[in-house]
Amino acid sequence: MKTVYTISENIISSLGFTARENAESLAAGITGIKLHNELNLSAQPVPLSLVDTDRLEQNFDTILHKYRKDHKPGFYTRLEKMLILSVADALAGTSVRPGDEKVLLVLSTTKGNIDLLEDRFTAKFDHKRIYLWAVANILRDFFGFINMPLIISNACISGVLALIAASRLLRTGKYETALVTGGDIATEFVISGFQSFQALSSEPCKPFDLHRSGLSLGEGCGTIVLSSAAGEDPNNGILVMGGSVSNDANHISGPSRTGEELSMAINAAISESGTVNRDIDYISAHGTATPYNDEMESKAISLSEMNDVPVNSYKGYWGHTLGASGLMESAALILCMRTGRIFKSAGFETPGVSERINVVSKTIQKPPNTCLKIASGFGGCNAALVFQKT
Amino acid sequence: MEKMITAYTYFGDGKVVVNKQLIFYQEKIATFAEFIKALYKQEQISYPKFYKMDSLSKLGFMCSELLLRHEKPGRFKPGSLAVVLANSSSSLETDLIYQDSIRNRSAYFPSPSVFVYTLANIVIGEICIRHSLKGENAFLVSEKFNPRQLLDHVSDLLDNNRAGACLCGWVEILGNSFRAMVALVEKENEQAPKTNFGSMPFNEASLNELMNLTEKSIWKN
Repeated sequence: MKTVYTISENIISSLGFTARENAESLAAGITGIKLHNELNLSAQPVPLSLVDTDRLEQNFDTILHKYRKDHKPGFYTRLEKMLILSVADALAGTSVRPGDEKVLLVLSTTKGNIDLLEDRFTAKFDHKRIYLWAVANILRDFFGFINMPLIISNACISGVLALIAASRLLRTGKYETALVTGGDIATEFVISGFQSFQALSSEPCKPFDLHRSGLSLGEGCGTIVLSSAAGEDPNNGILVMGGSVSNDANHISGPSRTGEELSMAINAAISESGTVNRDIDYISAHGTATPYNDEMESKAISLSEMNDVPVNSYKGYWGHTLGASGLMESAALILCMRTGRIFKSAGFETPGVSERINVVSKTIQKPPNTCLKIASGFGGCNAALVFQKT
Repeated sequence: MEKMITAYTYFGDGKVVVNKQLIFYQEKIATFAEFIKALYKQEQISYPKFYKMDSLSKLGFMCSELLLRHEKPGRFKPGSLAVVLANSSSSLETDLIYQDSIRNRSAYFPSPSVFVYTLANIVIGEICIRHSLKGENAFLVSEKFNPRQLLDHVSDLLDNNRAGACLCGWVEILGNSFRAMVALVEKENEQAPKTNFGSMPFNEASLNELMNLTEKSIWKN
């Protein structure tokens, strides 16, 4: 089986525009979720994790000048600007050439340019930009990717599933490099939807905590570059191993009562990785801070007999970034492995799930070697992916 | 081991074809809602949740229903039947309905029962619930039908025993324009029942042929 290396990563969030900037805030325990009072997003003030618009525009102008002098910034949507910056930063410092026929672009997004349905944008952009493939085409044209991009839109597991799908394709030898990028933006569409579910917390979310009261929404992008080419490995042997997907077959908007199906995916991913559950030394959970999700995850972790393994959620830093979350959180997991620590789970103080699990309340200064990323989403989907340091 | 398409459904141009058999035809389709309701009634399907689904889920649900309802219970082990679907417009059909419900702040009616369908993969969730499928699933998006991407993803599932069989295909709807083709793909084995159309190798040519049944007219009336 071909080895799949993670060779580069980027995170764009309220906490910064590079993986390093984000890592500094994660290490300091700073959350990017703040009460925002923006009428375009919500009639009432709502806690959100938003990407700084001024910096986004400034950084984008620089990149546009470098790649596409012939284009005006107004040609690009907010999401496209974020994705382009994320991909450009992840590409920088690698020898990956997008024009190479062995390079594949994989896009993870749940809602794409959904803001273009708002009246204020309809006249500004071609109506076709609402399609998810149009976003991928913008990226393909900007960077000059040759191959047809692969687009995954599978609710909140999109990002982890995109990494799983890409690593499987690399193992077949069909491609040597995959640029896996994911993004979603905060919009009235998404915020009002989660409000209608009464799923939003009135304060920054508190995953796994006794006093958690729902999720916080966020926006952002994450990009991870995967390669099966030997010699392309500045991350010093952080590998993508086995991955698995399952479905609860229970409810379209509520997670499994038992966690059995997520546990199935976890066990399959670990088994494919040629390792065993007791070797996992860090779990990056989905941890949305809704009562049901966190409870279900605790049951799945317990069913897979990993009660003592350090677990954290990044939702307390960035909120839930939907199709970006799997990539941003996997990038953070890679940062943990590379820099030898496990970031504390922001917002967690008092255990609040029925199973005893080891939620990280204070950043651990110990390098994790075999790590698990898990995610679950609407439609009953679950995903699990193992990363390992050689 | 060879991977074969052992059954399929096709919806397009007012026609519903199951394993070479034209089972339903409406020459003039007024709306998708009427079309799918008439089909549901004709086929005497009884599943109350159907009425709560959005159009994309109804379309995918009917495709899988027509494929799986004659299967012997227990032919697929729990977790062994995967679902991999794709389309072009994701959940845009329902996105537009949802956006209309929040367009006006003085008449603001966001509904959780609409919002939940603004994700493309909910159709897979509905199919999984109906048939208790707990295996692999994925929803892919491409501008046009892209058999290569489906083939790559599904082949990996079957070749590496992540799944024993897979429902795979295309479920596209926007307004009253729709087309769907869902195939049951399995590894060649004795347990696969012989359908009245035999089987086809699982490859790009087969998928393209099944997607273009209207032009090829290979069904029997």
